[in-house]
Amino acid sequence: MKKLLNEFAPGEIGVVAKIENCGKIKRRLYDMGVTPGAEIKLVKVAPLGDPLCIMLRGYELSVRRDEAKEVTMEVEG
Amino acid sequence: MKFCLAGNPNSGKTTLFNALTGSTAHVGNWPGVTVDKREGSYKKLPEKVHIVDLPGIYSLSPYTPEEVVSRNFILDEKPDVIINIVDATNLERNLYLSTQLLETDVPMVIALNMMDAVEKNGDVVDKDKIEKTFGVPVVEISALKGKNINQLMKVAYDVSQKPRKGSSVIESSSLLKSLFQKTLTLYGEESCQNKVFHAVKMLEADELEVQLYPQIATITAELKKEIDAKSFDDDFGAVVADARYCFLSQHVQSAVKKAKRQEVSKSDKADRVLTHRIWGIPLFLLIMFGIFHFTFAEDFLFLNGIFGLEITNPGWINFFTGMGYEGMLEEALETGEAVVLGGIPSLGVWLQSWMGWLTGSIIDLFAGWLESAPAWLSGLICDGLLSGLDAIFSFLPQILLLFLFLSILEDSGYMARAAFIMDRAFRKFGLSGKAFMPLLMCFGCGVPGVMATKTLENEKERRMTMMIAPFFSCGAKLPIWLAFAGVMFAGQFGDLVVFSVYLIGIVVAIIAAIILKFTVLKGATPPFIMELPSYHLPQFRNLMAHLWEKLKHFIIKAGTIITASIVVIWFLSNFGFTFWNGMVEDIELSILGQIGNVIKYIFYPLGFAQGPDGWKFVVASITGLLAKEDVVATMEVLAGGAGLEAMIGGLSVAGAYSFMLFNLLAVPCMAMVAAVYGEMGSGKRTWGAIGFWVLTAYVVSMVVYWSVSYWWIGLILIVAVIAALTVLYLRNKKKRKAVAV
Repeated sequence: MKKLLNEFAPGEIGVVAKIENCGKIKRRLYDMGVTPGAEIKLVKVAPLGDPLCIMLRGYELSVRRDEAKEVTMEVEG
Repeated sequence: MKFCLAGNPNSGKTTLFNALTGSTAHVGNWPGVTVDKREGSYKKLPEKVHIVDLPGIYSLSPYTPEEVVSRNFILDEKPDVIINIVDATNLERNLYLSTQLLETDVPMVIALNMMDAVEKNGDVVDKDKIEKTFGVPVVEISALKGKNINQLMKVAYDVSQKPRKGSSVIESSSLLKSLFQKTLTLYGEESCQNKVFHAVKMLEADELEVQLYPQIATITAELKKEIDAKSFDDDFGAVVADARYCFLSQHVQSAVKKAKRQEVSKSDKADRVLTHRIWGIPLFLLIMFGIFHFTFAEDFLFLNGIFGLEITNPGWINFFTGMGYEGMLEEALETGEAVVLGGIPSLGVWLQSWMGWLTGSIIDLFAGWLESAPAWLSGLICDGLLSGLDAIFSFLPQILLLFLFLSILEDSGYMARAAFIMDRAFRKFGLSGKAFMPLLMCFGCGVPGVMATKTLENEKERRMTMMIAPFFSCGAKLPIWLAFAGVMFAGQFGDLVVFSVYLIGIVVAIIAAIILKFTVLKGATPPFIMELPSYHLPQFRNLMAHLWEKLKHFIIKAGTIITASIVVIWFLSNFGFTFWNGMVEDIELSILGQIGNVIKYIFYPLGFAQGPDGWKFVVASITGLLAKEDVVATMEVLAGGAGLEAMIGGLSVAGAYSFMLFNLLAVPCMAMVAAVYGEMGSGKRTWGAIGFWVLTAYVVSMVVYWSVSYWWIGLILIVAVIAALTVLYLRNKKKRKAVAV
């Protein structure tokens, strides 16, 4: 099932399917390891509802909802 | 010989640099503490080695200024060896950079850092396997404990003796292999070095590379059409990044054996509390309040305010006030009340009072020695130099303490979380959570704050952060607030006066940011993609290094610019234009008095320039443009016999606030101007910033003076500001909608 990263609930795990085109930010996401096939877990959401804290490749990364909505995820079920 | 240290932010490069060179550079648990390259030397090899610590980077694409600095250094300055420092607890992402460094022709060695942490976790890293995969030597080290670092340098030296040719992991990608080789042959005729690096960057359609070789770029673009990269939207930057990570997951995952771990690590547990959905923000505010309370509170833990604690024992009073009993007794005899100390002071206030005792004793000592010296000499040393320096030095303990707390937050990794928590709030003002750290540093000192803006990726955000940086009240301004707090409202609401100045500074910064966002610095909201490092206990050595750095900076500043300006002010305020006739009796006849009495008219609308002492406040504000420490020092010198308190007491509440706000918001000091010039790199923009600060200071002071004096003026202004902001907001919204359509 396809789902956007910003629709994830805390604790949810999925695999990156595709990153929509959003210019330089896309490049940055790739450099940080958010590439197709990477497993990502949404660890938590900041107290004000944004940004998100995600876990990938063994480390924690913070991204905003605006950036997360460009990331299409493949989840089970 | 020249070795350079390259690696991800927060991978321990600066710690290694310090261990190798014996220097005490600033280290923090915050991605991007090294914002510019730093140099030192290592002497335990046959040849003297020059070591360059490059800023931490995730990639060699030109995404942030730091990445450009590192990339240009490696390509243009041709170091003899790259020491690629890699955090062994986070191999995959760290080695992503290594795959890019390997593409250059520079000899390279990989330093697996934080091996102690890996062992502690019970994990095993197969060093030989990584060595074989990358084809360069790998050395396991612990930079923090200094383990194996001499071994690392020996290996680096051996490596530097043999030339290396760049190699790329792209060659093992079935999709890109032939394209890469075709591109590489295009570079065959060019007389450039690092051909493999250039070829790969060309595949990525890297901006800088395309500009450099436009002809090859056209041919490569044609070649790319033969390749099916639809699943990546034909974005070859993505294809290459993907190929790198595929290579790493193939080869690195098998090189690491992770031990079974407890479900929740200590760092996670701490994080659950500190970034909790409900408790996160209150805890953040509590921590900030706690720091200020520890440093500035007269009534620690509100022992007096809440529990009514009073101390009457002379011994204890002396202990808590730095031998203040006698002075309090004199005062008490005048009013006829008993000597009572209300509560105990916080650590900062307590240290400050003893520092005051120390500097006071030194002044008395000199006064005794100089009793029979000529009047000008004792005047210069006691009334000028020493009392000026005393006004500054007695606040040193509080400045250092504030800095210590900020260092602990930074070193432990909490700062990154604070940015995470605050990002949403900051975005409203066109900033990201990343701007939080530089701005918070400005409460200590604006200069490191401005330098830390290099970690911001977005140029507009960097400029905006620098523009509002001086509005955050720095340590050097604190003496001014304290001097006023002791006099205004009969000294009753001292902490509220200080707090209100800090608060007004923040409010002005927010309003200024919003105005800038809609006018000069228009643009998209900057992104916020930031690593959240694991928490760890702050290292004592690092904390002391931070404090030492700060102390050194302070002493150098006090010993040079401040001392010099005090001497000049003393001279100008004690001699007339006919200075060969000796010192003047009346300070109004001094050079400074005469000049001050002319330019004070410019400050009339601000309300503090009127009255017999008006020109003194004007002169103090102007010397404050050089260094804020000068303000109190100047007032001390100019106040003369009547004393500073009487001089401040002559101002109305409105006038006093107006004076404080002018000094809060105007040009903070020459060091700050130099730092901003260094970061903005343009004289025009720096002048723009100076003008912006002075204008803001003038307008805000004037508005506050007239609003406090006449409430209806305040009311009209508040309504006008709200209306203006609403109009700006709506107009921008409409525009955005138009763009979206």
